Amino acid sequence: MAIEVSIPTPLRGLTGNQDTVSAGGADIGALIDDLEKNYPGIKARLVDEAGNLRRFVNIYVNGEDVRFLQDKATKLSADDEVSIVPAIAGG
Amino acid sequence: MSEPFFSQLKCRECGALYPKKAIHVCEYDFGPLEADYDYGKIRAAISRGKIQSRPLTMWRYRELLPIDGEPTVGLKVGFTPLVKADRLAEALGVSELYVKNDAVNYPTLSFKDRVVAVALSRARELGFKIVACASTGNLANSVAANAAAAGLESYVLIPYDLERSKVLNSLVYGTRVIGIEGAYDQVNRLCSEIAGKHGWGFVNVNLRPYYAEGSKTMGFEIIEQLGWEIPAHTVIPMASGSLLTKINKAYREAVKVGLVSESKFGIYGAQAAGCNPIAAAQKAGTDLIRPVPKPDTIAKSLAIGTPADGYYAVNVMRNTGGAAEDATDSEIIDAIKLLAETEGIFTETAGGVTLACAQKLIVSGKIPRDERIVICITGNGLKTAEALDGHLPPPARIKPSLREFDALIAK
Ligand SMILES: Cc1ncc(COP(=O)(O)O)c(C=O)c1O
Ligand SMILES: [Zn+2]
Repeated sequence: MAIEVSIPTPLRGLTGNQDTVSAGGADIGALIDDLEKNYPGIKARLVDEAGNLRRFVNIYVNGEDVRFLQDKATKLSADDEVSIVPAIAGG
Repeated sequence: MSEPFFSQLKCRECGALYPKKAIHVCEYDFGPLEADYDYGKIRAAISRGKIQSRPLTMWRYRELLPIDGEPTVGLKVGFTPLVKADRLAEALGVSELYVKNDAVNYPTLSFKDRVVAVALSRARELGFKIVACASTGNLANSVAANAAAAGLESYVLIPYDLERSKVLNSLVYGTRVIGIEGAYDQVNRLCSEIAGKHGWGFVNVNLRPYYAEGSKTMGFEIIEQLGWEIPAHTVIPMASGSLLTKINKAYREAVKVGLVSESKFGIYGAQAAGCNPIAAAQKAGTDLIRPVPKPDTIAKSLAIGTPADGYYAVNVMRNTGGAAEDATDSEIIDAIKLLAETEGIFTETAGGVTLACAQKLIVSGKIPRDERIVICITGNGLKTAEALDGHLPPPARIKPSLREFDALIAK
Protein backbone atom coordinates (compact mmCIF):
# COMPACT_ATOMS: atom_id res chain seq x y z
CA MET A 1 0.00 0.00 0.00
CA ALA A 2 1.53 3.28 -1.08
CA ILE A 3 0.58 6.46 0.70
CA GLU A 4 1.66 9.93 -0.37
CA VAL A 5 3.56 11.71 2.38
CA SER A 6 4.47 15.36 2.09
CA ILE A 7 7.84 16.30 3.54
CA PRO A 8 8.60 19.77 4.98
CA THR A 9 11.61 21.75 3.76
CA PRO A 10 13.82 21.10 6.82
CA LEU A 11 13.56 17.32 6.28
CA ARG A 12 14.08 17.27 2.54
CA GLY A 13 17.81 16.82 3.01
CA LEU A 14 16.91 13.30 4.07
CA THR A 15 14.61 12.56 1.14
CA GLY A 16 16.91 13.63 -1.67
CA ASN A 17 15.04 16.94 -1.86
CA GLN A 18 11.71 15.31 -2.70
CA ASP A 19 8.74 17.19 -1.30
CA THR A 20 6.50 14.15 -1.45
CA VAL A 21 7.50 10.53 -1.11
CA SER A 22 5.47 7.39 -0.96
CA ALA A 23 5.56 5.03 1.96
CA GLY A 24 3.52 2.15 3.33
CA GLY A 25 2.09 1.10 6.66
CA ALA A 26 -1.13 0.12 8.37
CA ASP A 27 -0.80 3.00 10.83
CA ILE A 28 1.33 6.09 11.44
CA GLY A 29 3.89 4.17 13.51
CA ALA A 30 4.41 1.66 10.72
CA LEU A 31 4.55 4.44 8.15
CA ILE A 32 7.35 6.15 10.09
CA ASP A 33 9.28 2.86 10.23
CA ASP A 34 8.85 2.45 6.50
CA LEU A 35 10.07 6.01 5.87
CA GLU A 36 13.12 5.25 7.98
CA LYS A 37 13.96 2.25 5.77
CA ASN A 38 14.14 4.40 2.67
CA TYR A 39 15.33 7.64 4.26
CA PRO A 40 17.57 6.71 7.18
CA GLY A 41 17.65 9.32 9.94
CA ILE A 42 14.13 10.62 9.40
CA LYS A 43 12.57 8.65 12.25
CA ALA A 44 14.71 10.30 14.91
CA ARG A 45 13.56 13.68 13.66
CA LEU A 46 9.91 12.71 14.08
CA VAL A 47 9.85 10.73 17.31
CA ASP A 48 11.86 10.95 20.52
CA GLU A 49 13.90 8.24 22.25
CA ALA A 50 10.77 6.88 23.90
CA GLY A 51 9.10 6.56 20.52
CA ASN A 52 6.64 9.43 21.07
CA LEU A 53 5.88 11.92 18.35
CA ARG A 54 8.04 14.98 18.97
CA ARG A 55 6.16 17.90 20.50
CA PHE A 56 6.89 20.36 17.71
CA VAL A 57 6.26 17.96 14.84
CA ASN A 58 2.72 17.66 13.55
CA ILE A 59 1.52 14.82 11.38
CA TYR A 60 -1.79 15.28 9.60
CA VAL A 61 -3.89 12.55 8.03
CA ASN A 62 -6.32 14.13 5.57
CA GLY A 63 -5.84 17.42 7.36
CA GLU A 64 -6.47 16.05 10.88
CA ASP A 65 -3.72 16.23 13.48
CA VAL A 66 -2.98 12.62 14.54
CA ARG A 67 -2.69 13.80 18.15
CA PHE A 68 -6.46 14.18 18.08
CA LEU A 69 -6.92 10.84 16.30
CA GLN A 70 -5.10 7.76 17.61
CA ASP A 71 -1.63 9.29 17.52
CA LYS A 72 0.91 6.77 16.21
CA ALA A 73 -1.80 4.09 16.13
CA THR A 74 -3.90 6.15 13.68
CA LYS A 75 -4.94 3.71 10.94
CA LEU A 76 -4.12 4.46 7.33
CA SER A 77 -5.61 3.40 4.04
CA ALA A 78 -4.25 3.74 0.53
CA ASP A 79 -5.98 6.97 -0.45
CA ASP A 80 -5.07 8.86 2.74
CA GLU A 81 -2.95 11.97 2.46
CA VAL A 82 -0.29 12.31 5.10
CA SER A 83 1.65 15.50 5.75
CA ILE A 84 4.47 16.20 8.13
CA VAL A 85 4.55 19.82 9.27
CA PRO A 86 6.78 21.35 11.92
CA ALA A 87 4.82 23.54 14.36
CA ILE A 88 4.87 27.18 13.36
CA ALA A 89 6.79 29.01 16.02
CA GLY A 90 6.10 32.61 16.78
CA GLY A 91 3.16 34.72 17.79
CA MET B 1 31.61 46.40 26.07
CA SER B 2 31.75 42.65 25.78
CA GLU B 3 28.91 40.98 27.59
CA PRO B 4 29.73 37.95 29.68
CA PHE B 5 26.24 37.11 30.95
CA PHE B 6 24.22 36.02 27.91
CA SER B 7 26.04 33.15 26.36
CA GLN B 8 23.99 31.37 23.69
CA LEU B 9 20.65 30.02 22.59
CA LYS B 10 19.44 26.65 23.79
CA CYS B 11 16.71 24.31 22.53
CA ARG B 12 13.95 23.94 25.11
CA GLU B 13 13.35 20.38 23.98
CA CYS B 14 16.73 18.71 23.50
CA GLY B 15 19.09 21.26 25.05
CA ALA B 16 21.18 21.66 21.89
CA LEU B 17 23.17 24.89 21.91
CA TYR B 18 23.13 27.45 19.12
CA PRO B 19 24.98 30.71 18.46
CA LYS B 20 23.04 33.85 19.35
CA LYS B 21 21.87 34.74 15.86
CA ALA B 22 18.46 35.42 14.28
CA ILE B 23 17.27 31.83 14.64
CA HIS B 24 14.42 30.49 16.70
CA VAL B 25 13.89 26.77 16.18
CA CYS B 26 16.10 23.75 16.76
CA GLU B 27 17.25 22.25 13.47
CA TYR B 28 16.93 18.79 14.90
CA ASP B 29 13.54 18.59 16.62
CA PHE B 30 11.92 21.98 15.80
CA GLY B 31 11.82 22.92 19.48
CA PRO B 32 11.91 26.64 20.35
CA LEU B 33 15.26 28.23 21.20
CA GLU B 34 15.63 30.21 24.38
CA ALA B 35 18.30 32.57 25.71
CA ASP B 36 20.78 30.86 28.00
CA TYR B 37 22.75 32.76 30.65
CA ASP B 38 25.68 32.22 32.91
CA TYR B 39 23.76 32.58 36.17
CA GLY B 40 26.87 32.13 38.30
CA LYS B 41 28.41 35.23 36.75
CA ILE B 42 25.16 37.17 37.02
CA ARG B 43 24.78 36.23 40.66
CA ALA B 44 28.26 37.58 41.37
CA ALA B 45 27.61 40.79 39.42
CA ILE B 46 24.07 41.77 40.37
CA SER B 47 22.59 43.10 43.60
CA ARG B 48 19.47 44.89 44.82
CA GLY B 49 21.56 47.98 45.50
CA LYS B 50 23.03 48.02 42.03
CA ILE B 51 19.62 47.65 40.43
CA GLN B 52 18.12 50.35 42.66
CA SER B 53 20.87 52.78 41.67
CA ARG B 54 19.81 52.61 38.02
CA PRO B 55 17.14 54.58 36.12
CA LEU B 56 13.53 53.48 36.60
CA THR B 57 13.16 51.47 33.38
CA MET B 58 13.07 47.79 32.45
CA TRP B 59 16.78 47.99 31.62
CA ARG B 60 17.70 48.06 35.30
CA TYR B 61 17.63 44.24 35.00
CA ARG B 62 20.10 44.44 32.13
CA GLU B 63 22.20 41.43 33.19
CA LEU B 64 19.20 39.16 32.67
CA LEU B 65 18.36 40.37 29.16
CA PRO B 66 19.75 38.85 25.95
CA ILE B 67 21.73 41.58 24.25
CA ASP B 68 25.49 42.01 23.98
CA GLY B 69 26.10 45.72 24.38
CA GLU B 70 24.13 48.60 25.82
CA PRO B 71 20.45 48.78 24.78
CA THR B 72 19.78 51.18 21.92
CA VAL B 73 16.01 50.93 21.46
CA GLY B 74 13.26 51.50 24.02
CA LEU B 75 15.48 53.06 26.65
CA LYS B 76 12.53 54.49 28.58
CA VAL B 77 10.31 51.41 28.59
CA GLY B 78 8.96 49.83 31.72
CA PHE B 79 8.87 50.41 35.46
CA THR B 80 5.14 50.96 35.26
CA PRO B 81 3.13 51.47 38.46
CA LEU B 82 2.28 48.60 40.77
CA VAL B 83 -0.93 49.93 42.27
CA LYS B 84 -2.19 48.71 45.62
CA ALA B 85 -5.80 48.17 44.64
CA ASP B 86 -7.72 48.44 47.90
CA ARG B 87 -11.07 49.37 46.42
CA LEU B 88 -10.90 46.55 43.91
CA ALA B 89 -9.76 44.20 46.68
CA GLU B 90 -12.86 45.10 48.63
CA ALA B 91 -15.07 44.51 45.61
CA LEU B 92 -13.51 41.08 45.07
CA GLY B 93 -13.47 40.22 48.78
CA VAL B 94 -9.73 39.69 49.06
CA SER B 95 -7.28 41.09 51.55
CA GLU B 96 -4.29 42.19 49.47
CA LEU B 97 -4.43 42.97 45.78
CA TYR B 98 -2.14 44.80 43.36
CA VAL B 99 -2.55 45.85 39.76
CA LYS B 100 0.61 45.89 37.66
CA ASN B 101 -0.38 48.63 35.25
CA ASP B 102 1.23 48.22 31.84
CA ALA B 103 -1.75 50.08 30.35
CA VAL B 104 0.56 53.06 30.83
CA ASN B 105 3.76 51.51 29.55
CA TYR B 106 5.91 53.81 27.42
CA PRO B 107 5.63 54.53 24.54
CA THR B 108 2.65 52.55 23.17
CA LEU B 109 0.59 51.69 26.25
CA SER B 110 1.00 47.93 26.44
CA PHE B 111 3.45 45.39 27.85
CA LYS B 112 4.63 44.77 24.29
CA ASP B 113 6.99 47.75 24.56
CA ARG B 114 9.09 45.50 26.81
CA VAL B 115 9.52 42.72 24.27
CA VAL B 116 10.08 45.16 21.42
CA ALA B 117 12.78 47.08 23.31
CA VAL B 118 14.78 43.87 23.59
CA ALA B 119 14.00 42.54 20.11
CA LEU B 120 14.91 45.77 18.32
CA SER B 121 18.03 46.37 20.40
CA ARG B 122 19.10 42.87 19.42
CA ALA B 123 17.99 43.39 15.79
CA ARG B 124 20.41 46.31 15.58
CA GLU B 125 23.23 44.28 17.07
CA LEU B 126 22.58 41.65 14.41
CA GLY B 127 22.63 44.28 11.68
CA PHE B 128 19.00 44.30 10.55
CA LYS B 129 17.77 47.41 8.74
CA ILE B 130 14.19 46.18 8.26
CA VAL B 131 12.12 44.84 11.13
CA ALA B 132 8.65 43.35 11.12
CA CYS B 133 6.12 41.38 13.15
CA ALA B 134 2.96 39.31 13.08
CA SER B 135 0.61 40.92 15.56
CA THR B 136 -2.82 40.96 17.13
CA GLY B 137 -2.42 44.74 17.43
CA ASN B 138 -0.34 45.82 20.38
CA LEU B 139 2.90 44.36 19.12
CA ALA B 140 2.38 46.10 15.79
CA ASN B 141 1.89 49.43 17.61
CA SER B 142 5.08 48.95 19.55
CA VAL B 143 7.21 47.78 16.62
CA ALA B 144 5.94 50.73 14.57
CA ALA B 145 6.72 53.32 17.24
CA ASN B 146 10.03 51.96 18.44
CA ALA B 147 11.28 51.29 14.91
CA ALA B 148 10.38 54.85 13.94
CA ALA B 149 12.29 56.24 16.89
CA ALA B 150 15.26 54.03 16.08
CA GLY B 151 15.25 54.95 12.38
CA LEU B 152 14.54 51.38 11.29
CA GLU B 153 12.24 50.54 8.41
CA SER B 154 9.27 48.41 9.54
CA TYR B 155 6.41 46.26 8.32
CA VAL B 156 3.60 45.09 10.56
CA LEU B 157 1.20 42.32 9.58
CA ILE B 158 -2.12 42.07 11.37
CA PRO B 159 -5.52 40.43 10.91
CA TYR B 160 -7.37 42.98 8.75
CA ASP B 161 -10.32 43.32 11.15
CA LEU B 162 -8.64 44.69 14.29
CA GLU B 163 -10.01 47.59 16.32
CA ARG B 164 -9.81 50.98 14.62
CA SER B 165 -7.51 52.51 17.23
CA LYS B 166 -5.11 49.60 17.10
CA VAL B 167 -4.73 50.03 13.36
CA LEU B 168 -4.46 53.83 13.59
CA ASN B 169 -1.85 53.50 16.30
CA SER B 170 0.40 51.62 13.89
CA LEU B 171 -0.30 53.77 10.82
CA VAL B 172 0.61 57.04 12.47
CA TYR B 173 4.27 56.07 12.85
CA GLY B 174 4.73 55.68 9.11
CA THR B 175 5.20 51.92 9.24
CA ARG B 176 3.88 49.70 6.43
CA VAL B 177 0.69 48.18 7.85
CA ILE B 178 -0.55 45.09 6.04
CA GLY B 179 -3.96 43.67 6.94
CA ILE B 180 -4.26 39.98 6.21
CA GLU B 181 -7.60 38.43 5.36
CA GLY B 182 -7.47 35.73 7.96
CA ALA B 183 -7.03 35.02 11.65
CA TYR B 184 -3.79 35.59 13.52
CA ASP B 185 -2.49 32.07 12.88
CA GLN B 186 -2.60 32.71 9.16
CA VAL B 187 -0.80 36.02 9.63
CA ASN B 188 1.84 34.21 11.62
CA ARG B 189 2.25 31.46 9.06
CA LEU B 190 2.72 34.03 6.31
CA CYS B 191 5.28 35.88 8.43
CA SER B 192 7.39 32.78 8.90
CA GLU B 193 7.43 32.34 5.13
CA ILE B 194 8.38 36.00 4.63
CA ALA B 195 11.09 35.80 7.30
CA GLY B 196 12.61 32.84 5.48
CA LYS B 197 12.49 34.58 2.13
CA HIS B 198 13.31 38.23 2.79
CA GLY B 199 15.74 38.02 5.67
CA TRP B 200 14.04 40.70 7.75
CA GLY B 201 14.14 40.78 11.51
CA PHE B 202 10.73 39.51 12.58
CA VAL B 203 10.56 40.33 16.26
CA ASN B 204 8.31 37.39 17.12
CA VAL B 205 9.57 34.92 14.53
CA ASN B 206 13.32 34.78 13.94
CA LEU B 207 14.03 37.20 16.81
CA ARG B 208 11.58 35.47 19.16
CA PRO B 209 14.22 34.14 21.59
CA TYR B 210 15.23 37.77 22.29
CA TYR B 211 11.74 39.25 22.12
CA ALA B 212 10.30 36.77 24.60
CA GLU B 213 12.88 37.56 27.29
CA GLY B 214 11.64 41.16 27.45
CA SER B 215 8.49 39.94 29.19
CA LYS B 216 10.55 38.87 32.19
CA THR B 217 10.97 42.50 33.18
CA MET B 218 7.30 42.68 34.14
CA GLY B 219 8.04 39.95 36.68
CA PHE B 220 11.25 41.54 37.96
CA GLU B 221 9.45 44.84 38.47
CA ILE B 222 6.62 43.20 40.41
CA ILE B 223 9.15 41.60 42.74
CA GLU B 224 11.09 44.81 43.28
CA GLN B 225 7.96 46.92 43.72
CA LEU B 226 6.70 44.52 46.39
CA GLY B 227 9.89 45.19 48.34
CA TRP B 228 11.76 42.22 46.87
CA GLU B 229 9.17 39.55 47.41
CA ILE B 230 7.50 37.16 44.99
CA PRO B 231 3.70 37.48 45.18
CA ALA B 232 1.85 34.35 46.24
CA HIS B 233 -0.53 34.55 43.25
CA THR B 234 -0.10 36.22 39.86
CA VAL B 235 -2.83 36.36 37.22
CA ILE B 236 -1.61 36.81 33.64
CA PRO B 237 -3.39 37.04 30.26
CA MET B 238 -2.39 34.50 27.62
CA ALA B 239 -2.31 34.73 23.85
CA SER B 240 0.69 32.66 22.76
CA GLY B 241 1.39 31.98 26.44
CA SER B 242 4.81 33.61 26.30
CA LEU B 243 4.26 36.36 28.88
CA LEU B 244 3.02 33.83 31.43
CA THR B 245 6.00 31.53 31.01
CA LYS B 246 8.39 34.48 31.20
CA ILE B 247 6.95 35.93 34.39
CA ASN B 248 7.42 32.49 35.89
CA LYS B 249 10.98 32.49 34.59
CA ALA B 250 11.61 35.94 36.08
CA TYR B 251 10.47 34.77 39.51
CA ARG B 252 12.77 31.75 39.30
CA GLU B 253 15.73 33.71 38.02
CA ALA B 254 15.35 36.32 40.75
CA VAL B 255 15.81 33.50 43.26
CA LYS B 256 18.63 31.93 41.29
CA VAL B 257 20.72 35.11 41.16
CA GLY B 258 20.10 35.92 44.81
CA LEU B 259 17.72 38.89 44.54
CA VAL B 260 14.92 37.28 46.57
CA SER B 261 14.57 34.30 48.83
CA GLU B 262 12.62 31.36 47.59
CA SER B 263 8.89 31.29 48.33
CA LYS B 264 5.92 29.39 47.01
CA PHE B 265 4.03 31.12 44.21
CA GLY B 266 1.14 30.25 41.90
CA ILE B 267 0.88 31.35 38.27
CA TYR B 268 -2.64 31.70 36.82
CA GLY B 269 -3.53 32.14 33.15
CA ALA B 270 -6.46 34.06 31.67
CA GLN B 271 -8.04 33.70 28.23
CA ALA B 272 -11.23 34.68 26.48
CA ALA B 273 -13.90 31.97 26.28
CA GLY B 274 -14.01 32.56 22.52
CA CYS B 275 -10.34 31.62 22.16
CA ASN B 276 -9.26 29.47 25.08
CA PRO B 277 -6.95 26.72 23.80
CA ILE B 278 -4.55 26.97 26.75
CA ALA B 279 -7.20 27.41 29.43
CA ALA B 280 -9.23 24.52 28.03
CA ALA B 281 -6.20 22.22 28.10
CA GLN B 282 -5.33 23.26 31.65
CA LYS B 283 -8.89 22.65 32.82
CA ALA B 284 -8.99 19.26 31.11
CA GLY B 285 -5.76 18.27 32.85
CA THR B 286 -3.78 17.81 29.65
CA ASP B 287 -0.91 19.66 28.04
CA LEU B 288 -2.09 18.76 24.58
CA ILE B 289 -3.30 22.02 23.07
CA ARG B 290 -6.25 21.72 20.73
CA PRO B 291 -6.11 24.65 18.28
CA VAL B 292 -9.06 27.04 18.00
CA PRO B 293 -9.44 27.52 14.25
CA LYS B 294 -11.87 30.47 14.38
CA PRO B 295 -11.42 32.63 17.47
CA ASP B 296 -14.51 34.64 18.37
CA THR B 297 -14.03 37.18 21.15
CA ILE B 298 -13.86 40.92 21.72
CA ALA B 299 -10.41 40.31 23.22
CA LYS B 300 -8.77 40.36 19.81
CA SER B 301 -5.31 40.95 21.23
CA LEU B 302 -5.49 37.51 22.86
CA ALA B 303 -7.01 35.70 19.87
CA ILE B 304 -4.28 33.23 19.01
CA GLY B 305 -5.79 29.87 18.14
CA THR B 306 -2.51 27.93 17.96
CA PRO B 307 -0.47 29.26 20.86
CA ALA B 308 3.26 28.65 20.42
CA ASP B 309 3.95 28.44 24.16
CA GLY B 310 0.71 26.76 25.16
CA TYR B 311 2.39 23.54 26.23
CA TYR B 312 4.89 25.37 28.41
CA ALA B 313 2.21 27.65 29.87
CA VAL B 314 0.06 24.71 30.96
CA ASN B 315 3.08 23.15 32.62
CA VAL B 316 3.99 26.36 34.45
CA MET B 317 0.47 26.53 35.87
CA ARG B 318 0.55 22.89 36.86
CA ASN B 319 4.02 23.03 38.43
CA THR B 320 3.26 26.13 40.47
CA GLY B 321 -0.15 24.96 41.67
CA GLY B 322 -1.85 27.61 39.56
CA ALA B 323 -4.84 27.30 37.26
CA ALA B 324 -6.48 28.83 34.20
CA GLU B 325 -9.83 30.47 33.55
CA ASP B 326 -11.64 31.97 30.60
CA ALA B 327 -14.12 34.84 30.34
CA THR B 328 -17.06 35.58 28.08
CA ASP B 329 -17.49 38.88 26.27
CA SER B 330 -19.98 40.19 28.81
CA GLU B 331 -17.73 39.20 31.71
CA ILE B 332 -14.89 41.04 29.97
CA ILE B 333 -16.96 44.22 29.66
CA ASP B 334 -18.09 44.04 33.29
CA ALA B 335 -14.49 43.62 34.42
CA ILE B 336 -13.28 46.58 32.34
CA LYS B 337 -15.93 48.72 34.06
CA LEU B 338 -15.14 47.33 37.50
CA LEU B 339 -11.44 48.15 37.19
CA ALA B 340 -12.23 51.63 35.93
CA GLU B 341 -14.79 52.35 38.65
CA THR B 342 -12.76 51.00 41.54
CA GLU B 343 -9.19 51.95 40.60
CA GLY B 344 -9.49 54.57 37.87
CA ILE B 345 -7.64 52.33 35.42
CA PHE B 346 -9.02 51.93 31.91
CA THR B 347 -7.79 48.70 30.39
CA GLU B 348 -8.34 47.14 27.01
CA THR B 349 -10.30 43.94 26.51
CA ALA B 350 -7.27 41.79 27.43
CA GLY B 351 -7.25 43.45 30.86
CA GLY B 352 -10.95 42.73 31.16
CA VAL B 353 -10.13 39.08 30.51
CA THR B 354 -7.47 39.10 33.21
CA LEU B 355 -9.63 40.69 35.87
CA ALA B 356 -12.71 38.61 35.00
CA CYS B 357 -10.65 35.42 35.24
CA ALA B 358 -9.06 36.54 38.51
CA GLN B 359 -12.54 37.06 39.89
CA LYS B 360 -13.61 33.57 38.84
CA LEU B 361 -10.47 32.01 40.30
CA ILE B 362 -11.17 33.76 43.60
CA VAL B 363 -14.84 32.74 43.66
CA SER B 364 -13.96 29.11 42.91
CA GLY B 365 -11.41 29.14 45.73
CA LYS B 366 -8.46 28.42 43.46
CA ILE B 367 -6.94 31.71 44.59
CA PRO B 368 -7.33 32.13 48.36
CA ARG B 369 -8.79 35.41 49.60
CA ASP B 370 -6.23 36.03 52.33
CA GLU B 371 -3.00 35.94 50.35
CA ARG B 372 -1.20 38.49 48.21
CA ILE B 373 -2.50 38.65 44.62
CA VAL B 374 -1.10 40.56 41.63
CA ILE B 375 -3.06 40.95 38.42
CA CYS B 376 -1.20 41.92 35.27
CA ILE B 377 -3.01 44.58 33.26
CA THR B 378 -1.21 44.58 29.94
CA GLY B 379 -2.97 47.05 27.64
CA ASN B 380 -4.85 50.34 27.45
CA GLY B 381 -8.62 50.80 27.15
CA LEU B 382 -8.44 53.62 24.62
CA LYS B 383 -7.15 51.13 22.06
CA THR B 384 -10.27 48.98 22.19
CA ALA B 385 -12.83 51.70 22.85
CA GLU B 386 -15.41 50.24 20.49
CA ALA B 387 -15.75 47.16 22.67
CA LEU B 388 -17.70 49.40 25.05
CA ASP B 389 -20.08 50.71 22.40
CA GLY B 390 -23.59 50.41 23.80
CA HIS B 391 -22.31 49.39 27.23
CA LEU B 392 -22.04 52.86 28.76
CA PRO B 393 -24.79 55.46 29.09
CA PRO B 394 -24.36 58.38 26.72
CA PRO B 395 -23.31 61.64 28.38
CA ALA B 396 -26.15 63.97 29.40
CA ARG B 397 -26.57 66.98 27.15
CA ILE B 398 -28.05 70.28 28.29
CA LYS B 399 -28.07 73.95 27.41
CA PRO B 400 -25.52 76.12 29.26
CA SER B 401 -28.18 76.93 31.83
CA LEU B 402 -28.05 76.58 35.60
CA ARG B 403 -31.74 75.70 35.70
CA GLU B 404 -31.23 72.80 33.28
CA PHE B 405 -28.22 71.68 35.26
CA ASP B 406 -30.08 71.68 38.55
CA ALA B 407 -32.99 69.84 36.98
CA LEU B 408 -30.58 67.26 35.64
CA ILE B 409 -28.80 66.48 38.89
CA ALA B 410 -32.07 66.44 40.83
CA LYS B 411 -33.14 63.40 38.77
C1 LIG C 1 -2.62 43.35 25.78
C2 LIG C 1 -2.01 42.00 25.67
N1 LIG C 1 -1.90 41.26 26.76
C3 LIG C 1 -1.38 40.02 26.72
C4 LIG C 1 -0.93 39.45 25.55
C5 LIG C 1 -0.42 38.04 25.60
O1 LIG C 1 0.84 37.84 25.10
P1 LIG C 1 1.52 36.41 24.93
O2 LIG C 1 1.50 36.12 23.47
O3 LIG C 1 2.91 36.65 25.45
O4 LIG C 1 0.76 35.38 25.72
C6 LIG C 1 -1.01 40.20 24.37
C7 LIG C 1 -0.53 39.64 23.10
O5 LIG C 1 -0.66 40.16 22.04
C8 LIG C 1 -1.56 41.51 24.43
O6 LIG C 1 -1.67 42.28 23.33
ZN1 LIG D 1 16.19 20.56 19.95
